[in-house]
Amino acid sequence: SVQAHQEEDNPQKTMEVNGLTPVPESYDYDLIVIGGGSGGLAAAKEAAKYGKKVMVLDFVTPTPQGSSWGLGGTCVNVGCIPKKLMHQAALLGQALQDSRKFGWQFTEEVKHNWMTMTESVQNYIGSLNWGYRVSLRDTKVTYENAYGEFVGPHTIKATNKKGVEKLYTAERFIIATGERPRYLGIPGDKEYCISSDDLFSLPYCPGKTLVVGASYVALECAGFLAGLGLDVTVMVRSILLRGFDQDMANKIGEYMKEHGVNFIREFVPIKVEQVEEGTPGLLKVTAKSTTGDQMIEGEYNTVLLAIGRDPCTRKIGLDKVGVNINEKTGKIPVNDEEQTNVPHIYAVGDILQGKLELTPVAIQAGRLLVRRLYAGATAKCDYVNVPTTVFTPLEYGACGYSEETAVEKFGEENIEVYHNHFWPLEWTVPSRDNNKCYAKIICNIQDNERVIGFHVLGPNAGEVTQGFAAAIKCGLTKEQLDSTVGIHPVCAEV
Amino acid sequence: GKNEYDLLVIGGGSGGLACAKEAAQFGRKVAVLDYVEPSPRGTTWGLGGTCVNVGCIPKKLMHQAALLGSALKDAQHYGWNISQPVHHTWSVMAQSVQNYVKSLNWGHRVQLQDKKVKYFNIRGSFSDPHTVRGLTKAGKETIVTADNIVIATGGRPKYPTHIAGALEYGITSDDLFWLKESPGKTLPSFILHVSLECAGFLTGIGLDTTVMMRSIPLRGFDQASHISKKNQICFTTQQQMASLVTEHMESYGTKFLKRCFPTKVEKLKSNRLQVTWKNADLNTEETDCFDTVMWAVGRAPDTKTLSLETVGVKTNSETGKIIVDASEATSVPHIYAIGDITEGRPELTPTAIAAGKLLAQRLFRHSSELMDYDSVPTTVFTPLEYGCVGLSEEAAVQRHGSDNIEVYHAYYKPLEFTVAERDAIQCYVKMVCLREREQRILGLHFIGPNAGEVIQGFALGIKCGATYPQLMKTVGIHPTCAEEVTKLHITKRSGLDATVTGC
Repeated sequence: SVQAHQEEDNPQKTMEVNGLTPVPESYDYDLIVIGGGSGGLAAAKEAAKYGKKVMVLDFVTPTPQGSSWGLGGTCVNVGCIPKKLMHQAALLGQALQDSRKFGWQFTEEVKHNWMTMTESVQNYIGSLNWGYRVSLRDTKVTYENAYGEFVGPHTIKATNKKGVEKLYTAERFIIATGERPRYLGIPGDKEYCISSDDLFSLPYCPGKTLVVGASYVALECAGFLAGLGLDVTVMVRSILLRGFDQDMANKIGEYMKEHGVNFIREFVPIKVEQVEEGTPGLLKVTAKSTTGDQMIEGEYNTVLLAIGRDPCTRKIGLDKVGVNINEKTGKIPVNDEEQTNVPHIYAVGDILQGKLELTPVAIQAGRLLVRRLYAGATAKCDYVNVPTTVFTPLEYGACGYSEETAVEKFGEENIEVYHNHFWPLEWTVPSRDNNKCYAKIICNIQDNERVIGFHVLGPNAGEVTQGFAAAIKCGLTKEQLDSTVGIHPVCAEV
Repeated sequence: GKNEYDLLVIGGGSGGLACAKEAAQFGRKVAVLDYVEPSPRGTTWGLGGTCVNVGCIPKKLMHQAALLGSALKDAQHYGWNISQPVHHTWSVMAQSVQNYVKSLNWGHRVQLQDKKVKYFNIRGSFSDPHTVRGLTKAGKETIVTADNIVIATGGRPKYPTHIAGALEYGITSDDLFWLKESPGKTLPSFILHVSLECAGFLTGIGLDTTVMMRSIPLRGFDQASHISKKNQICFTTQQQMASLVTEHMESYGTKFLKRCFPTKVEKLKSNRLQVTWKNADLNTEETDCFDTVMWAVGRAPDTKTLSLETVGVKTNSETGKIIVDASEATSVPHIYAIGDITEGRPELTPTAIAAGKLLAQRLFRHSSELMDYDSVPTTVFTPLEYGCVGLSEEAAVQRHGSDNIEVYHAYYKPLEFTVAERDAIQCYVKMVCLREREQRILGLHFIGPNAGEVIQGFALGIKCGATYPQLMKTVGIHPTCAEEVTKLHITKRSGLDATVTGC
């Protein structure tokens, strides 16, 4: 109870004030997880399975525009889930067009209603938030909707929405606070621009939109907004999808351009001003060229910033407990057991340095970590050959090396790239592009032509890629690939 | 004298064309004979075989048309304002599909020309082991001689001729895809995956469709069996998967008449068809009227006109299929057979193509690689698709004993169904593994959207000897349906609820 906590902690506080580091005899919890997202919740529930006393602290600092959300983290609220649903809405728009050629008739011009879609999506997310709360209750994990920060080696201060502070102690901690979108640091950015944190619950149609950035977030959002019929422009500083196979990245960009997304390349915004208030209003964006002195201006209803995400590690008291972070990026370096430099403090998910920012990776890492801590397991999270998919209008699935990284690591003469364009059967009748879908595999000649990279651009890329990732994990070689019969007629048989 | 060609292929379908083109690549002199005997209804088509003309291709396109119908319904939930109900016009779809198929026919002819393969639109029959006599439609005779001959004539749908009126009034898949007018109220009869697939898309485009089934669905290749026990065809006796697929179809609007078999078909003055059947459960006789009756009672090998007896090519007495060894050789030297016509092989386009190519490589390029028919993945394109690779649960139990296998399973819900408010109770995935040591995966079964796309990659994994631990180490792609495979952890043995509840 609260009373007991305060009585227990007072001596601790006195000791801290006196400059001594207290060592509590018994802790409130075996494990406190800071951050109720994909990684944090998976770890917490797993620990509870082993009878541990676990607490999860989750808190969402509202965005500059005031958006906030419930338990579940980025993926559920402002990431994978709403993104895929809105992507689906856009795909359905395309399906409507195709369906006429397949014999379906409906006369009027079909328009999209943003509010109908957003309400449905938010309702579903609400059910997930609720589901998580129930799940934590059922597994007897204590949950507090409060902002957690370290105040001592084994002590967390939790501050709720109303400002009420409580202290909790634990033997071990897992930091899983994730990230939030970065702002440009230019006049008008926080006042007038939105980010992905706001987009999925925007209570009005964004209208003519400028998306700033070239990350997968930028391209996915630009993609579905255009698919819903909006006028979309993407402003890119240099290259698309940095870190991804550039051959594939360019194909994605080309496809989007051909399907109505405007691109402004090699420009960065330097100020955003409001022309008219409203929902949406009208904004004027001034941008400067990265290659010269040229300046351009444009007017948009909405400006969506998608230039990157920053870890939530700077204001959680890590300095007080001596956990090292990369000062430049804010990311936390960990060893291969997700342990920080402080032995009893661990970290999982997007905040980790050098690891992939993906929900399934965070979940896997969180679960395996807890099994090692409490169930005597030894398995470590395998970060190699993790598959991923970018849900742009033309989806891109990948696993393993990009062509560039393969060449860099193995040398051009030691790799073989097999590739093919393909035309999904379902695109033939509605006469959709016949040379856009593409697949390539990269093989290591010196290692029995082992498949070290898989890339596919086409419908349902995620569904296609998943099984290939499993095969790559089994050491798939080109010969085995060739001897496997295709399923006909599907895209994956290519 | 010397034979005119190095290779003669009889049958211009998936296997035949692949074999011919491969051989031509090695600079060989190749000829292809292709001929389509019109169906009893008079339907005929161009070069390319079953898959292109009356199989996989038009089937998947019509399946897509039906899926788009569902998409139109979903779209409203996602904010698109289309007023319901939306109507489907058969002739628009049929014309688009038929035009595409014709473009493929054309494409095949051009390809043969480019590769300098001689093409004859004639019906061939053997005169001797190196000579085939061909007749054009007009009755003109051509003689072709070759060092090697490959028979790839495929199969054609059977008619249940013991049922009065079946031949006169019913159609088969050979006719369905070429109908210019809507089939209307349709009865696809008997259960094979063909009839389920057709029933599925017919329902999807808004037609009143009833499937009549004698026993259990997807029993597939039993009495009319084309597959020997040696083969690991995953659909055989797949009771569980079959019932999930048909349950979905029922909730989707397809009517099923279970444990019924037709006794006669008559034509009424209105031109509609009256079907009489026996209901085995109730022991009654019932009738109803339909616009179209489609038979899907199995396919028979197309060997009648080949005169195989003349050269002594042995066939299976029960099935009529040509008996071949692991190198696709028949009982007669220099005569081979590939594709649907061969005994004990899966009736699938990709296997015919692969077998055809490998055969050409062995004949003309000194290769010794044989076709591997093990663990061939496949998909049934019913409204809720079913993809599988490897052993069925039943086959695994039979082969290894139920104590030695572990079955992992899960019921899941595709994310896209949530906002669309669609039911997902039949979306299901099941993995059959060996229980001991490394826990090798024997079979994988998936019911859900895009099942073919999901299964393909896993088929590769199984070819590499994938184990359960390896699969669990593979990180999922989120959010997809395929990731559910990497999350399987509830066993049937445990009896626990296998419903996936959330991230």
